Amino acid sequence: MNFPEELKYTTDHEWIRIEGNVGTVGVTEHAQSELGDVVYIDYNGATAVNQGDAFGTIEAVKTVAELYSPVSGTIIETNDTINDAPESVNNDPYGAGWLMKIELSDPAQLDALMDAAAYRALVGH
Amino acid sequence: MKKTHFHSLHTSNGAKMVSFAGFEMPIQYPKGIIHEHKVVRNAVGVFDVSHMGEFEVRGNDALAFLQKISLNDVSKLEKGKAQYSAMCYPDGGIVDDMLVYHCGDYYMMVVNGACEEKDWAWVQENAAEFNDLAVTNVSDEFNLLAVQGPKSLEVIAKLTDIAIADIPYYNFAFGNCCGEEMILSRTGYTGEIGMELYFKGGEEKATKVWNAIFEAGAEFGIEPIGLGARDTLRLEKGYCLYGNDIDNTTNPIEAGLGWITKLQKGDFNGKEKIAAVKAEGAKRKLVGFVMQTEKLLPRQNYKIMANGAEIGAITSGNISPLLGKGIGLGYVAAEFSAPGTIIEIAARNTTFPAEVTKLPFL
Repeated sequence: MNFPEELKYTTDHEWIRIEGNVGTVGVTEHAQSELGDVVYIDYNGATAVNQGDAFGTIEAVKTVAELYSPVSGTIIETNDTINDAPESVNNDPYGAGWLMKIELSDPAQLDALMDAAAYRALVGH
Repeated sequence: MKKTHFHSLHTSNGAKMVSFAGFEMPIQYPKGIIHEHKVVRNAVGVFDVSHMGEFEVRGNDALAFLQKISLNDVSKLEKGKAQYSAMCYPDGGIVDDMLVYHCGDYYMMVVNGACEEKDWAWVQENAAEFNDLAVTNVSDEFNLLAVQGPKSLEVIAKLTDIAIADIPYYNFAFGNCCGEEMILSRTGYTGEIGMELYFKGGEEKATKVWNAIFEAGAEFGIEPIGLGARDTLRLEKGYCLYGNDIDNTTNPIEAGLGWITKLQKGDFNGKEKIAAVKAEGAKRKLVGFVMQTEKLLPRQNYKIMANGAEIGAITSGNISPLLGKGIGLGYVAAEFSAPGTIIEIAARNTTFPAEVTKLPFL
């Protein structure tokens, strides 16, 4: 499985890509594999979130899962076209399948997230 | 954990294996459940369902025994035909649903893999009161492949001399297919045309049959299908799944299985209770419903609400890959069971609207 080196990972199987003070967030290839075919992302409308807060729900054929913010901050964008092609979460989890962008309020939180090697060890791939 | 004789074929096809009915079974292959679902609806797919249980029933009391244990009227079952039925406890709760095959000088019961152990106990308990009767659990001897989809019969036709087209739905034939003696049964759990192939033998024979089917089916795009798509396929057709939609707490009348419950045929297990529920009218009914929003997929155990009050619970739910909508089955209070009734599904601390609909969904 592919876990890009430049990303940080959470134990909830999300990734975050940092550009300046903004993080782009999605679910990992391992997560999409466990979920099976993704069919809908239901954002809950949250904007100001603390680390670990839910920002939506991911509906997949095999199960439903909550989406948790990897960091604290302000959600500035959600992927509004994701439900036109929810399978992009399966096919391109680190690209077209991104889920939200967040302006970080506490960038130091990133230090406690996993790098690719640590996440790979966690999921055993 | 038991393995079927197709186990190494599943893993070499990249299947994700799960524990089911005491077996390690494929839930899906790499392309996923929705893809597999469409393969079966549009072309042809192959399911390993060797976890199913098979019991053979022999002797002069075989019919009398089956009449007692089965809801349906086995006396109406002719040689070479299969009959959908179920077994009940005396309280009307369902032991399992099943197929009964009339094989000439004996019968075969085919039951759910997950129920095999308790079904066998129930069969033996009921068999004890008959003298000229022999019941045999042959579950471990049979391999079972379901070849399903609009191209399925064309695939099988290439592998046998039997005139497949002459076997109507819910009929079967004994014959040679893929070089092996087997039962070719025009049955399935997908709502598509198809064959279920029962044959004995170990991994070598199983592999030979599997490979012959896939070679013959290559021109039609044949693929292996896992339990995940088996579930979405049966749900789209509104077929009950034991353990979800029916169990020992549900009565066949509530479950919409009145059509297999022949109250006129004489005495059988559960008759009194079932007749009473029928006479009084079921207080709750198993219904199908379609979500009116994309936001929520219905899932087992979500509460069903109406006017702010709980009226039932979901027993099966998922997306219909063909309708692109969430669909489900669940029990609701009888007054909410009419098609067109708007109900609400409770989840995520809110409710989502759904409409009760006729079955099948497609």
